[in-house]
Order: sequence, then structure tokens, then C-alpha cells
Amino acid sequence: MTRRLLSRLANPQLLALLGVLLINWLLFPNFFRITWQDGRLFGSLIDVLNRGAPVAILAIGMVGVIATKGVDLSVGAVMAMAGAVAATLVVAGYPAPVAVAAALAVGLACGLWNGFLVAVLDIQPIVATLVLMVAGRGIAQLITEGFIVTFTDPVLIFIGTGSFLGFPMAAVIALALLVLVTLLVRKTALGLFIEAVGVNRAAASLAGIRSRMLLLYVYGQSGVCAAIAGIIVAGDIRGADANNAGLWLELDAILAVVIGGTSLLGGRFSVPLAVLGALIIQAMNTGILVSGFPPEFNLIVKAALIFLVLIIQSPLASRIMPTRMPVREASK
Amino acid sequence: MPDEQYALEARGIVKIFGNHVALDAVDFGLRAGEVHALLGENGAGKSTLIKILTGAYQPDGGQVLADGQPVHMDNPQQAQTLGIGTVYQEVNLLPNRSVAENLFLGHQPTRFGLVDRRKMERESRDILKRYGLEIDPTSELGAYSVAVQQIVAIARAVELSGKVLILDEPTASLDRYEVERLFEIIRDLKARGLAVVFITHFLDQVFAVADRVTILRNGKLIETRALDAMSRTDVVRLMLGKDVAFSGATGVEDARPMGDILLDFSQYGRKRSVHPFNLTIHKGEVIGVAGLLGSGRTEMARIMFGADAADEGEVAIAGVRTTIARPTDAIRHGFGFCPEDRKAEGIFGELSVRENIIIALQGKLGWFSALNRDEQMEIAGRFGESMDIRAASLDMPIKLLSGGNQQKVILSRWLATDPAFLILDEPTRGIDVGAHAEIVRTINRLRDEGMALVVISSELDEVVAYSTRIVVMRDREMVAELNGENINPGVIVQAIANHHDEELA
Repeated sequence: MTRRLLSRLANPQLLALLGVLLINWLLFPNFFRITWQDGRLFGSLIDVLNRGAPVAILAIGMVGVIATKGVDLSVGAVMAMAGAVAATLVVAGYPAPVAVAAALAVGLACGLWNGFLVAVLDIQPIVATLVLMVAGRGIAQLITEGFIVTFTDPVLIFIGTGSFLGFPMAAVIALALLVLVTLLVRKTALGLFIEAVGVNRAAASLAGIRSRMLLLYVYGQSGVCAAIAGIIVAGDIRGADANNAGLWLELDAILAVVIGGTSLLGGRFSVPLAVLGALIIQAMNTGILVSGFPPEFNLIVKAALIFLVLIIQSPLASRIMPTRMPVREASK
Repeated sequence: MPDEQYALEARGIVKIFGNHVALDAVDFGLRAGEVHALLGENGAGKSTLIKILTGAYQPDGGQVLADGQPVHMDNPQQAQTLGIGTVYQEVNLLPNRSVAENLFLGHQPTRFGLVDRRKMERESRDILKRYGLEIDPTSELGAYSVAVQQIVAIARAVELSGKVLILDEPTASLDRYEVERLFEIIRDLKARGLAVVFITHFLDQVFAVADRVTILRNGKLIETRALDAMSRTDVVRLMLGKDVAFSGATGVEDARPMGDILLDFSQYGRKRSVHPFNLTIHKGEVIGVAGLLGSGRTEMARIMFGADAADEGEVAIAGVRTTIARPTDAIRHGFGFCPEDRKAEGIFGELSVRENIIIALQGKLGWFSALNRDEQMEIAGRFGESMDIRAASLDMPIKLLSGGNQQKVILSRWLATDPAFLILDEPTRGIDVGAHAEIVRTINRLRDEGMALVVISSELDEVVAYSTRIVVMRDREMVAELNGENINPGVIVQAIANHHDEELA
């Protein structure tokens, strides 16, 4: 039992995260120092969790979409829209729960729209979600009328910057979502159906799986996750910035999913590993920040990481280092 | 040992993958001017031997000789320069380029360093004519049928290499007439002195075209012999190493009482797909569907299952009128469907054998009553055993299984849903003899257990063996329904070939 647990923990993603953290520690000896102050934890590690939460939440939504052989490019724009909706509503005097519910509803509607384009109209996912990626930010700007809408609502600010049992609220929400979505896909047949549709949609339909419903579900889930991330980011800066909220984060989310071992060709997926992927990205960002390198390095290091992941996943690499024993048909 | 001059010879070839001996001291000799069939169940080592003969693999022992001289081939290009050309089951040409470009790809005639297009097209026309193809060499290859593409591939291989032609299951996706045309070309090439290696699963075709046969089993050479001294049973026995159970028609007793009516399709059809047909199916009955490729057999199966919705006529299940607009409707009523194209519509390649078996049952149960791992293992294990699915583990991806075992998995997938009615579209196409026998046995067993089945097959002997009734499709129309005495290949062929005005009873 313990051996099985150990072998499950020794996955490449976890090793990569430990590696990045170790390098951070070498560059910045105080990296692992955590202090308790004003009823909450402080330190670089906590920062990784806090800053990594929005991308982790996007990745939780994105991984299901990618498993169906799709992609959701609109999540950054949906973040901006959700933030804009929540901010304008609290500024207009609505209570925070209403604002949050409205923002989530917008996220869900956006996701279902994407799902409709992909599942019913059969438009290629990359094009279908590109529509909302472009239009969404425009809609967000219309909602905020081109301004950065700032607010002082304590509930929204708590969602973005508060803490729970000493941990940053954003990380707590991400963890809760991770548990919820993992249970949802693995304790029901959803995960199997998502993988089946991703591997072979024609065969899935003939096997009696309602692939349209399933596609609507994964895109809807991605939209809701994006809305949650959007609310967190707005709460964090105490305002909705339609131009910059969530900008390019869809690419980080896709990268997180890919680092987490889910192929862009669909099929097998893992929600926890996608979250680990998001943490790896954030650990690098934070590492560069605290070690005093100029932030420009960030992009180059990220590119290097993508390159590394691509090499590891390339057919050449799997030929050179067979990770698994080749399985052969048993001859009787 | 008499030192026969072979065009291509393998002596004592050994090939080892990991700790698995794929080929164990196999000898193979190919004479010029002969068609040599290479037979064996899946996994017997045919592909490995071919890959060694064409330089794709290097042998771990033994040697390859061309015209009596030992040769060493590092890659398929070297095999080509030695005169050895190969055509695979899936045509690997460029469908979006012209026929001429495909014929000359990689060795285009040039003038001043540029491709001499006119010369290329002129020569293409000459080559195509020799193969009986009157097609425009400037048109896109992809516009033609698989059969034509296959012939272009053969022309290319022969023109490039010219001494040895290896055909790896060239007929798997061709219909009867196309196969016959291909055989004419093969006989012609033989007369020109080419040595031809022919790999197929169809024994009829072996006897129709081959002169000698080499049989492999589990990586060992079993026999090389002239075919005229052998019977079908001899060949099958050598391939399997045992007598097969399904030799000869099992013959369904006509006296057996018919079960209750399960399904009644009346004037059921779909525009531009299948003309309206009438069909009543009883419990415990196998309806065989015969007809050429493109006759509407598959389309009929698809509308019965709701994969394409019918737009005319009606269906009653056990006397109750109902609608089947999509597969989920059909499955709810206890239908199951094994499609013709296993890879594209049947298997989930990346998923495990276990998941492939339980997926339809899980689909029937819905999202929220998930089978847990133990239940899945129990179900998969039960069918793995009863269907004799040969997989090292139920958790291995199904794509690593042979075609025959994949087919057994898909059949198990439906049996797990406890169906009342199964539609099987070409269930035995392109699979090895052992799996073939297992599937035929299963069809017989299910019929005797009271299930209703519709089985589409091109293998007339096989259809005759298990069907209680046979319907014949032609030009997207059901043209005949045969029973009793009329269930024999002769009548079926006649029905397929007949004209519209002289219908059979």
C-alpha cells in the first residue's frame, strides 16, 4: 500500500515542482521560510500558492476541455467579464452574493456558448473559443465603460485577499475546486466519458454516450472556473480592469494542463496534475521575482520550460527512454 | 540442400524484441515469376519477416540474400534499389497530389534541374495504361477509389523496384470486383517474371492467385509448399496447429420453432441512403445481410441503430411502436451495434481493454451510477475469459491488441449490456482465423440463447453457416429475402447479380 502511494507520488510533475523549488532555494536561501503574522502565513511558498491559484483554477476547467480534444481560448476574456460584472454590480449597490452569483452565471453562459458552438454547430474548438476570446474582452470593456471600476466591498476583497486558517483565500478556493471537480469526474462516470469522447467521438456516440451533453458540460465547467478566477483577481486588486485582467492567462492554463501530462490530442487527463502544472509555472515566476533577476527572464525561463516539456513528450524521447515497459500481447 | 536460385531469400532469420522471440530461425525463399502467399495468425511473425526483407528491421541472426548474394539493408530505400517494392494495406501515397506526382515522387524526371512535368505525365499515362487504368494522371489521387489508389501504389512500387513486389493485405478494403481486378494485375506481373509476396487473411484469395504458400506460427516456419497439393483445411490446420470447429456449414435446423416477433420494420428508410424496407426479426434468429460494398448494407444497419435517423416508415419493438432517432434510443431498447470500421468507430485506442468493455454498459447506466474499479474488473474479466480475449492485462490500451481481439472486446462491450438485438457489421473482416472461429461460435451461441441478430458479411460461406434467413441488398435497396433451401451461396450470388425486373421470391 505505501509502496503504491510512493510510486504515485514519484510522478514527473511532482519531481519537477520539487526541482524548481530547490533551485529557488539555492538562489534565495530564505525561500522556504514561512512566518505567522496577523493571523495568516507569509513567505515565498505561500506566495506561490496564492499567485498560482487563478491559473490553477483555470487549469481545473481547461483540463476537461483539452481531454475532449478541445481547447478554451476564451478563459482570460471570461475572467475579465466576470470581474467587470461583479465590480459594476457592487458599485451599483447590489450585495456581494448577488454580484458573485451574477459573475458565475456569466461564466457559465459563456462556457455553454462555447460548448454550443463546438458540440452543436461542430465548429473547431480553437476557432469557436477564439470568438469569445476577442469579443469577451470587448464586452468587459463595455460593462466597465472603459474605466477601471474600483470597489470597497469587503466580501469581494476577502475573496481576493483574505485568508482561511492562515492560508490565502485564493488557494483555499482552488483546493476546494480541485477536490470537488476531481470527485465529480472520478466518482461518477464523467471522467471515463470525457476520455472516451476525446479519444474517439464517433465510437463514443455509437456506444451510447451523449457526447453533446458532455461537451456542453466541460465548456460550461471551464467558463465557471474562469469566472471564479476572474472574481479572485478583481478582489485582489480591488477593481475590475477590463484591459488587463486575465490577459494571456489562457496560455498559462493550457501550459499547466500540458505540463500535467494531458495531451492536446485528447484522452487521458488528470485534474490534480494540471494543478501541479500551474504550481510549477508559478514557482518559477516567484523564484525569478525573489531571487532578484529582472522579470524579463520570466518569459525566457517559461519558454525554456515549454521546450523541455515538448522534448520530454516528443516521440523521439519516448523511443530513447522508454518510460513504461512495452506491453505485449500474451501468446497462449 | 539444392541451391535453388531465389530472387529473394531469407536464411535462418532470428528477430528478438526484448525477451520475445518474434522470428525463430525462419527460412523463406521467393522465386521469380511466382506468387507466394505468406500466412499466419496475427502475431505469427508475418509483418516482422516482411520488415526484415524490406530493410525496415535488421535481423538479429541469419541473412537475407538477393539473387543468391548476401545483402545488408539499412532502410527501405536500399531495398528499393535492390528491386524490392512494398505496398501496404493502407495506401501510403499523397492523396492531395496528382496521380503522376505520386507515381514519380522522389525520382521525377527533370530538365535543367526543374521537374519535367510533361514528360512525367506522358510516362504516367503509359504506365497507367499497362495497368488497365484509363485515368487522368494530372488529377488528384484522392479523388479515386481505394482500389485505384492501390493499383497506383502497385504501379509505383513495380516501376521503382521491378523485381520483387510485396503486397501486405492489399485486398482488405476492396470489394469483390476490385479484388478480381487486382488479381488480374498480379497475374500479369507474375507473367512478366516478377516475384510477388502476398499477405492476406482471406484463404479464398490465396487459392485464387498464389502458387506456393509459407505458413508461420508463433514466429516459427511451419511449412513452405506448393498450393495445388493442399486443401483449405490443410492450410487452416497448419496455421492454427489444430482442427477448426467451424469447417463446413453447421446448418440450422429449419424445423426449429420460430421465437416471438421482436422487431418489425415497415417501410423503414432514409432518403438518399436506404430505400424503404420491410423486415421482421424474431427472437433466436440470425438475419444475414449479403450484398456488395456500397449496396446499402452498412447504411441499413446504421438506421436500424439510430446512428443515422430514419426519415420514413416505422418500427415496432415487441408490438409497440417506437422511435429510434439516436443510438441512445436504440441502446435503451436493448440494441447493440458493432460497426464495420473498428478503428474509426469501434475502439477507444488509448483506453484500456477493461474500459472498452464496460463503456456501453456505463453509458446505459448514465453519469451518476458509476461502476467502480472492482465491478469493472469483474465484468471485463468475465468476458475476457468467455470470449477468449488475449491480452497481457485488462488494463493495457486496446490499441495494442490484434484486430481479432479488438473485435472480441467490442462484441463483449455489447454483451455486457445484456442486449436483445445485436447488429454486427462485418464482424470477421480482417481478423485472424482463430478469432474468426471464436466470433462465429459466439454468433451461433447467442442465436441459440434466443438473441436476435443482424449480421452483415461479405463471406458468403460464413453467412450461410449461421443465418436463419438472408436478405440481399443491391443499389441501396433490399432486393431479396431468402430462407430454407435458398440459403446457399449460389442463390445469393444470383440475387446480388440480378437485375431489378427479375426479383427473386
